[in-house]
Amino acid sequence: MVRLTIDGKQVEVEKGSTLLEAAESAGISIPTLCHHKSLTPYGACRVCVVEVEDSRGTKIQASCVYPASDGLVVKTDSERVRRCRKVMVEFLLARCPDSPAIQRLAGKLGIEEPRFRKKNEDCILCGLCVRVCQERMGPGAVNFILRGPDKKVATAYDRSSIRCMACGACAQVCPVDCVDLSKIAARPPRPIPSEFEMGMGSRKAIYIPYAQAVPRAAVIDPATCMHFLKGTCKSCENFCDADAIQYDQQDSEENIEVGAVILAPGYDMFDPRQVQEYGYGRYPNVLSSIQFERVLSASGPTEGHIRRPSDHKAPKKIAFIQCIGSREAGERDYCSSVCCMYATKHAIIGMEHEKGLKCTVFYIDMRAFGKGFDNYFERAKEQGVRYIRCKPSAIREDHQSHNLLLTYQDESLELATEEFDMVVLSCGLTPCSGVADLAGKFGVRLNEYGFCQTDTFSPVETSTPGVYVCGPFAEPKDIPETVMQSSGAASKAMGLLAEARGTLLTRKEYPPEKDVRGQEARIGVFVCHCGKNIGGVADVPSVAEYARTLENVVYAEDNLYTCSVDTQERIKQMIREHDLNRVVVSSCTPRTHEPLFRDTCRMAGLNEYLFEMANIRDHNTWVHMNEPSMATDKAKELTRMAVARARLLEPLKRRKLPVCQDALIIGGGLAGMTAALELGNQGFLVHLVEKESELGGNLRHIHYLFNGADPQSHLQKTIEQVRQHPKIHLHLDSRVIKVDGFYGNFESTIATESTEETVLHGAIIVATGAEERRPTEYLYGEWDRVLTQTELEERIVAGAFAARNVVMIQCVGSREPERPWCSRVCCSQAIKNALKIKELSPDTGVFVLYRDIRTYGFREQYYTEARRRGVRFIRYDPERKPVVEKNGDRLRVQVHDPMLNQELRLDADILALSTGIVPRSDSDDISKMLKISLGQENFFLEAHMKLRPIDCATDGIFVAGLCHWPKAVDESIIQAGGAASRAATILAQKEMELGGSISEVIDANCDGCAYCIDPCSFHSITLIEYALNGTVKKTVEVNESLCKGCGTCQATCPKGGIEIRHFRPRQIETMVDAILQPS
Amino acid sequence: MSESNGFEPVIIGFCCNWCAYAGADLAGTSRYQYPPNIRIIRVMCTGMIHPNIIINTLTKGADGVLVCG
Repeated sequence: MVRLTIDGKQVEVEKGSTLLEAAESAGISIPTLCHHKSLTPYGACRVCVVEVEDSRGTKIQASCVYPASDGLVVKTDSERVRRCRKVMVEFLLARCPDSPAIQRLAGKLGIEEPRFRKKNEDCILCGLCVRVCQERMGPGAVNFILRGPDKKVATAYDRSSIRCMACGACAQVCPVDCVDLSKIAARPPRPIPSEFEMGMGSRKAIYIPYAQAVPRAAVIDPATCMHFLKGTCKSCENFCDADAIQYDQQDSEENIEVGAVILAPGYDMFDPRQVQEYGYGRYPNVLSSIQFERVLSASGPTEGHIRRPSDHKAPKKIAFIQCIGSREAGERDYCSSVCCMYATKHAIIGMEHEKGLKCTVFYIDMRAFGKGFDNYFERAKEQGVRYIRCKPSAIREDHQSHNLLLTYQDESLELATEEFDMVVLSCGLTPCSGVADLAGKFGVRLNEYGFCQTDTFSPVETSTPGVYVCGPFAEPKDIPETVMQSSGAASKAMGLLAEARGTLLTRKEYPPEKDVRGQEARIGVFVCHCGKNIGGVADVPSVAEYARTLENVVYAEDNLYTCSVDTQERIKQMIREHDLNRVVVSSCTPRTHEPLFRDTCRMAGLNEYLFEMANIRDHNTWVHMNEPSMATDKAKELTRMAVARARLLEPLKRRKLPVCQDALIIGGGLAGMTAALELGNQGFLVHLVEKESELGGNLRHIHYLFNGADPQSHLQKTIEQVRQHPKIHLHLDSRVIKVDGFYGNFESTIATESTEETVLHGAIIVATGAEERRPTEYLYGEWDRVLTQTELEERIVAGAFAARNVVMIQCVGSREPERPWCSRVCCSQAIKNALKIKELSPDTGVFVLYRDIRTYGFREQYYTEARRRGVRFIRYDPERKPVVEKNGDRLRVQVHDPMLNQELRLDADILALSTGIVPRSDSDDISKMLKISLGQENFFLEAHMKLRPIDCATDGIFVAGLCHWPKAVDESIIQAGGAASRAATILAQKEMELGGSISEVIDANCDGCAYCIDPCSFHSITLIEYALNGTVKKTVEVNESLCKGCGTCQATCPKGGIEIRHFRPRQIETMVDAILQPS
Repeated sequence: MSESNGFEPVIIGFCCNWCAYAGADLAGTSRYQYPPNIRIIRVMCTGMIHPNIIINTLTKGADGVLVCG
């Protein structure tokens, strides 16, 4: 080891180190252009000069080549060093006056113009490219040629090199970006296409697969890494401080003992190369939908700008073609369920990103069957997305412009040809590759399309006991259905493993908390771009810049995504580096992201209450999209408010409370019973409350399904299991009339006509169902030949069915302004009944009058089957609804067929109306009693449409079945299992943590007037007296386990005698002051 | 909200985390556009807003106060 002094610091380094390395180990940075950690020092650029003092005096030396030795005294930033360095850079600037890298360096050193004669070179002759090619890569394809003023870097004979491997290392190390690989390599350089960017961007040979990858670790691709290909390079190991690079790492096999397996391998997008007529892979401007998804992403290959691959210009017209690889009779006779909505999303977001963009969607049926989907579809139409009901059979390309020509049948039934700048193929979902192998290993049966075979009544179970399935592997599905099914699969696994619950648990460890009491605030501000969501409207860097000027802010930066895993790490690092004791994040809503950032603070040893958020997205850039400068000002102001409040934040402690491990389930239909059994099987006691005298709900009226499953026998079996289950307390003819408390500790009153019982429970599952709408249209109620679909089903089952012609009308009273939703199941129900009629009476004519047939997923094959069996499907426009009148003892239905542009008259013996599903009339009461919200359609509202489709916004309350949204039998079972699983996350805990933001008595101010006692809804305040200085002091006391922190006491107290921690009046008023201060 | 005389009011909203603040978030996710004159202060319950806070806010110069919860 040698000891030396650098800039007054004692430094100890290994013998043989250079001064540059010694300085770096001491955290002193010296600028350099020609140094690279992986290459032998060369001393070419002389920018790294330092002043070295030894026994013989001082001299100027290049630190990258000068060896560290004992007793040296080195100055890296003395006046003399700065002068020398400046001259060196001045020389370089004179040589390469147009190089941005040199200009930047010169600017930093205060050089405006070089005093020397200017040349016009771009290379500074640092030799990095020469060294990397020789030392690391091997071929030595470039070298210095000529001498003196003519010296330059070139290939042999100055011709493109056949030795060059086109690895690109030379371009990578060049400090002035002047290497043109295409001039060096004889073979064309090929960037490595990024799999995540769907081949539209490139990646390195060592790379992190994508920003949100878990684990977020780099991998080496041996197929492209020069070390694995040629045995050379190994540069990356010199840069990894963690020493994590292992070139000899091998795949290993591990044995894990488990009691249950959940298969969630996902799906593959259909490969559009299989349908050559659409030119994917041949025409550059034909993209797959997943490629377009990347194009729209702010972190994608075009940073969220929509650009044509052929010429990088913004397209003005984009066509989306639906059902690519879906709904194809034979191999893929299923609907992929998600494409209609993602294409609609693509069109809307595309138009938001590029002003003036026109989007056209070519489709067969618009399958907007999910919750809120029809609203979204209608909004897309209002915003100008054009929908054309026709699937063009091919795409042609104009070879000059690379525009694309589509021929289709327009509304007037004429053939039209239209030119588009870009076409996006809405590809369907297929089983993912290798899944047959996986299924084989577990002995799991696959269906005819290669998805996992499941049964209607056990929709998360595979053919192998203990092996469960979720997600699109079971059937193509959207995010909410996937989330529900994954919770459902978890519930099954938990039922199987109930006894082993918690035995392998490890608790997250947090570092000890920093004591910040008495410290002045040191605030760090992190401003988020949220991709384009904030950064596309407001000037985010200027917000961060502004934050730096605010009092007590010691650090501020802007991030592409502040919530990403790497930014979380960065926040922790900045807390440590800058000794932050308050953190402010200006990004989205604290309602979703505060817990994440609070946890980050805890991980860095900061109390979670020392964190504050400014909502500059939901309350700003999303709602002021057209006023960017105002949005920027408002973002600054919101940040200023948050900083002001952050100054006054105090560390708080959370409290612990025991949890009641029983559950209450309201509704004894299929969903309620299924949830009860799932929870019971997991070992939790369940109170199942049904208002009627028998269990079963709507399932009692379903007698057959189109796949031949028997609902009634499943119902009987389920009822039997519920009745006999030791953990289920059944309350028939009962209603829940009162619910108090909160998650973990609810107290509810269950009443029959004559009795009342109070039960304690930790969670609630609402499964109150919905009902088929009683129509008022089409002579319903006036004549027994007009039925609802359910009535038709009951009539068929009763054997009382006979008809020559049956007409069915879909969407009766649905998808109308009054009831703007699609009830999801009616198309399938109509086809089920149509097929049953054809089975019983093949000669009966069945006509289905529809707007869109929405047989999603594997239901599609029954639509195909119905057409094959002769069921006639006639579309009608909502503007020209069918007209029904009596015609003797039959019915006459008149309908305009837009496909033929003709009026059709149908005689019918039975008219079946698909009337949709409507919420129950008592939804309002239940919503008020449980304090959970209803959506605008009066179905119960989930906490998040996509990611939390089972949870209510109120903690501890979950929804399942029809009361959440119309759904099929298997979907109700899935959601019920999911609800049980979600409830179990609470019930499995013995105690829970409560927030620290509760009331605190300021004894010095409180005179015991007791104003606050009555307004407290939670009865948490009591009046007390104690002796003080010989007199009786009156004051109040707060029961901390009852207080919810609502703060009514704070607002009631005239004397400042009681305050809410974290929301003290001065913590609120400081934000008001921050708003009103002149900016 | 911008009047012809160029008056731009400063409105301060105290919003309950569980309803009105969530509503303002929903306006965002639904991309409802409204004038940028309001500043929302999140509270866990509007029940905690002392009348003095409202009066102080007005006397300090706010043109309007919205308590929403």
